Amino acid sequence: MFISRFYRQGAHTIKSLIKAPAFIPKTSHIPVVHNRHLPALRHESFCSGAAKQDSEEGNQENQKINVTFVDKDGEETHIKVPVGMSMLEAAHENDIELEGACEGSLACSTCHVIVMDMAQYNKLPDPTDEENDMLDLAFGLTETSRLGCQIIAEPELDGLHLAIPSATRNFAVDGFKPKPH
Amino acid sequence: MVNFGKIKLISRSFTTLSSAPLRICVVGSGPAGFYTAEKILKAHEGVEVDIIDRLPTPFGLVRSGVAPDHPETKIVTNQFSRVAQNDRCSFFGNVYLGSSISLPELREMYNAVVLAYGSESDRSLGIPGEELAGVHAAREFVWWYNGHPDCRNLSPDLKNTDTAVILGQGNVALDIARILLRPTEELAKTDIASHALAALEESSIRKVYLVGRRGPVQAACTAKELREVLGIKNLAVHIQQADLVTKPADEIEMKNNRIRRRVYELLSKAVPPGHTPVLGQRELHFVFFRKPDKFLESDDRSGHLGGVRLEKTVLKGDDELVNQVAVGTGVYEDISCGLALKSIGYKSVAIDDLPFDNYKGIVPNVGGRVVTDSLQDHMQIETGLYVCGWLKRGPTGIIATNLYCAEETLACISDDINKGLLTSNSPKPGREGLLQLLDSRNTKVVSLDAWKKIDTEEIRLGHIKNKPREKLTTWEDLLKVASE
Repeated sequence: MFISRFYRQGAHTIKSLIKAPAFIPKTSHIPVVHNRHLPALRHESFCSGAAKQDSEEGNQENQKINVTFVDKDGEETHIKVPVGMSMLEAAHENDIELEGACEGSLACSTCHVIVMDMAQYNKLPDPTDEENDMLDLAFGLTETSRLGCQIIAEPELDGLHLAIPSATRNFAVDGFKPKPH
Repeated sequence: MVNFGKIKLISRSFTTLSSAPLRICVVGSGPAGFYTAEKILKAHEGVEVDIIDRLPTPFGLVRSGVAPDHPETKIVTNQFSRVAQNDRCSFFGNVYLGSSISLPELREMYNAVVLAYGSESDRSLGIPGEELAGVHAAREFVWWYNGHPDCRNLSPDLKNTDTAVILGQGNVALDIARILLRPTEELAKTDIASHALAALEESSIRKVYLVGRRGPVQAACTAKELREVLGIKNLAVHIQQADLVTKPADEIEMKNNRIRRRVYELLSKAVPPGHTPVLGQRELHFVFFRKPDKFLESDDRSGHLGGVRLEKTVLKGDDELVNQVAVGTGVYEDISCGLALKSIGYKSVAIDDLPFDNYKGIVPNVGGRVVTDSLQDHMQIETGLYVCGWLKRGPTGIIATNLYCAEETLACISDDINKGLLTSNSPKPGREGLLQLLDSRNTKVVSLDAWKKIDTEEIRLGHIKNKPREKLTTWEDLLKVASE
């Protein structure tokens, strides 16, 4: 599992390194949005192996994009996500409650997020068949739904807004019908 | 791991403040049980949760239901293990509700009980010949290849026939077809039970039929599983082209349902035009618009299955709001086979002193609160008794469905705590009382540490065979390793 994640992380890093010269880092002009204090500290001390690998591989470590998660109650959390990191990992590093049952191995739909801006959604690479297979089973699927583990931070996604769908509403009130097993 | 540390800290500081925590017992350690436990622990800092399971092993269908070649789906057990390690949570395996301890006894021990013991039985077809040797419920076959100790000795006959008929076209049916047809070299690298692998290595099954009462638009599987079975190496897929013709009502169904649309698309492209099967290839036949009429006895072997008689159907009802149903036409055809697997749905098992809806096969409940009488006028809520998962809503959905199901049940529990209906003012003996009672009855409880011994041993044995895990598949072995 971890090996595969490293692998994927590595691939994305390489991809962004190739692309890197073409981009003007947008983040430098945007005022820094601070994390809540505690998660920020924890981020330092529990820095994942994959993130370390990034920093060793070059100048990507300073490049972070702004991402806003909007939770079930409409509350916003602003975080900075290093280029190359998935939104699932970023959410977990920042204590944002996004489920990740299969830990990013594309075998569940629990990290379902809704990209709140169509223009931003269109910037994302198209979902693969495998991601679409999982999105089939996501609750409260929308036109701009994606799996958090498949959205990888790229410079052009700066300012991304992601909503975590309200599970309870879909399940209990809206006449939820169970999907076939 | 970060979260785990935090939870531990909070619980420690809390337990020093409160003398009698609210004690909740969750029955069943599958996804429904673990998600419920996780959510209770997260939402209520003063609550202790004990999870009991009739097996010595946790994780329910993640261990005994999810196919061995789906290791990614099983990763969720990492999350469940973190829940089990929470200071305010305990796991007690080998505790059988209704046998080791009765429901009234358990309710006496705890402030609240959440039943999440799933569906351990099967719907029956109610057609002649179901008792013939060679006819099995899909659940039994799945438990067999997944090393469930209760189906260790199923020994399905894979040698005296080259054909298996699977009744049903849901994901369980597709899992079984895949296990029967997939090259065993690939299965050997999974955590499949060794007795099943050995039987499959010697299997003479070459042809598998997947039979559905309705058409390709209504097939109950999902795209991922279908894509997988269609992608098996050296396999010839057969679908009658005429069955792929859709009617306006089918188009409406597909328009309203993304899964149905994508499944149909895969099926319609499964057999390339002008395709001729290569000799010696294994075969997978999708048989649509057929319902089972009877199982036929073999002419050569008395008491054994020789074939399945199917009745052709047509779909009736094209109302946008009502699903089309299959109606028999009186035209029959037989498929010769020595193995038939009924994959038509699981069913929950009732226990004493528990309201049970035999028709739906679930415990009558309102949003997770158990009710004694489902007739609207006399509905009475059983205070402190809740239900979650398949026992609550029937045997459908994926692992993640339980996330939302548990959320709903938690909302009831939280509401009852806030209303003062569930309170630790009347202290309950909780786990001490439970363990004392079980000890007096000579029930050997398998603790979390004992399960870890099983887990470690299975991983060690698997390592030798280049598998992620070699499951212990008998009660004796499981309990022996647990008590070492």
